Amino acid sequence: MNDADVGKAITRAHHEEWARLVAFLTRRLGDLDIAEEAAAEAFAAAVQRWPVDGVPPNPGAWLTTTANRKAIDRIRRETRREDKHKEAQLLYDDDPPEPAGVIGDERLRLIFTCCHPALAMETRVALTLRMVAGLTVPEIARAFLVRESTMGRRITRAKDKIKAARIPYRVPPAEDLPNRVSGVLAVLFLVFNEGYLASGPDSDPVRHDLTAEAIRLTRLIRDLMPEDGEVAGLLALMLLIEARRTARVSGGGELVPLDEQDRGAWDAALIAEGHRLVRERLAAGQAPGRYQILAAINAVHTSARDVRDTDWSQVVALYDQLVRLDPSPIVALNRAIAVAELDGPEAALAAVDRLEGKLAGYHAYHATRADLLRRLGRSHTSRAAYDRAIELAGNTAEVAYLTRRRDQLGR
Amino acid sequence: MQYLVSVIFDRDKDGFATPEEGAAIDVFNERLMAEGHWVFAGGLGTTDSATVIDNRGGETMFTDGPFLESKEFVAGFWIIEAADLDVALKLAAEGSKACNRKVEVRPFM
Repeated sequence: MNDADVGKAITRAHHEEWARLVAFLTRRLGDLDIAEEAAAEAFAAAVQRWPVDGVPPNPGAWLTTTANRKAIDRIRRETRREDKHKEAQLLYDDDPPEPAGVIGDERLRLIFTCCHPALAMETRVALTLRMVAGLTVPEIARAFLVRESTMGRRITRAKDKIKAARIPYRVPPAEDLPNRVSGVLAVLFLVFNEGYLASGPDSDPVRHDLTAEAIRLTRLIRDLMPEDGEVAGLLALMLLIEARRTARVSGGGELVPLDEQDRGAWDAALIAEGHRLVRERLAAGQAPGRYQILAAINAVHTSARDVRDTDWSQVVALYDQLVRLDPSPIVALNRAIAVAELDGPEAALAAVDRLEGKLAGYHAYHATRADLLRRLGRSHTSRAAYDRAIELAGNTAEVAYLTRRRDQLGR
Repeated sequence: MQYLVSVIFDRDKDGFATPEEGAAIDVFNERLMAEGHWVFAGGLGTTDSATVIDNRGGETMFTDGPFLESKEFVAGFWIIEAADLDVALKLAAEGSKACNRKVEVRPFM
């Protein structure tokens, strides 16, 4: 086995084993911080040993044993009185192999702890990326455009709070589960969105690592809660957006809007899976939640082979349903975009203008207005709206697209 | 594990406790006792009645008023016994409803 193969084996093991390892150690030691450190040390040891000794036949078992030893070392080093019995427990626990189902639950426990409602949303996102997804602190800091030291402090503070306030390490009881799951889904959707529409002048327009990680974690939740409609809805939504990823940014790094995308470049397998999930939810016959409706809207878009085949009345009807559930101005804005296709730009513009008070600081509001004004031939006001949208947009591909659109306006 | 549940009083929004709030607090307190969560609870006078004492130097200094002037202040508290933060948060949510105020939960070290 050459070095490249060993490197791949380590990457794969990291992908497959990191969360399981952190989760296992946290339960065993009752300390997220020691678990994280021991898991990281085990992987560092693998980077050193595997190229020399070869990849072990069962990498997961090797990593578990190594991490366990590292954790015991640390606890011994600290040899505080209260850790003595912990050490004894560690030494006598004979590490019985766990059935697959329990391992799954183990990771779920970790996700629920990282997404605890007593932690701030940005903290939950950071902690989930570190503990569950296994991203490093510098990687997370880069993704959210904060200093490494700031992100490090945020994660350390979260670990301290979990310990000091005794945030429990468990899957919440059934009666609390619906609420808590929605909190977890919100974190995963935030991670996905940050990947999908990465912000910042120097960042790539699409951070595939983040979208892929969000999908992977949502799949994990779905494996464990296959009957939950919103979990299925969020997974379908992510898949249907991810399917269009490569068609969404041009070779020149410019955003390509839905109506101009090369639909042949969409990922057929992801779309098929997304559609299957949406059909499954429709067949379930339960009132859909927010993610299921958003997934259904994306299913309508991805069912049209040509943008002209889009069933806009269906899209508007779904947005009507969404507005009843979530009467936020952003939903109203997206509904207006569909109305423009069904009833024309004039009707849509009237609806958009009503949102000014709430969305004046949001780039998509101005971009939508600019587009509607352009279609109505009102170049002068359209240009002003493009200017404002460009000023507010954070995504490089979006800025490039808006700039071109503005510069194409006639006088 | 013990937690301090502080009742936050907002000068601009909150008035003195009404008889209904007082009755709801009594019901909540009885439940805390019945279920083994009760440690201690009490209401406090307003910050106008506070005195700050500093005896780190040679001479004891008294300052009239609270250590921090703010429109929000702690008007009372519970100390509760709870297995973990989830249990404490649930009790605190009920406490907030009973006293009709915001509350803050902090663990004892």
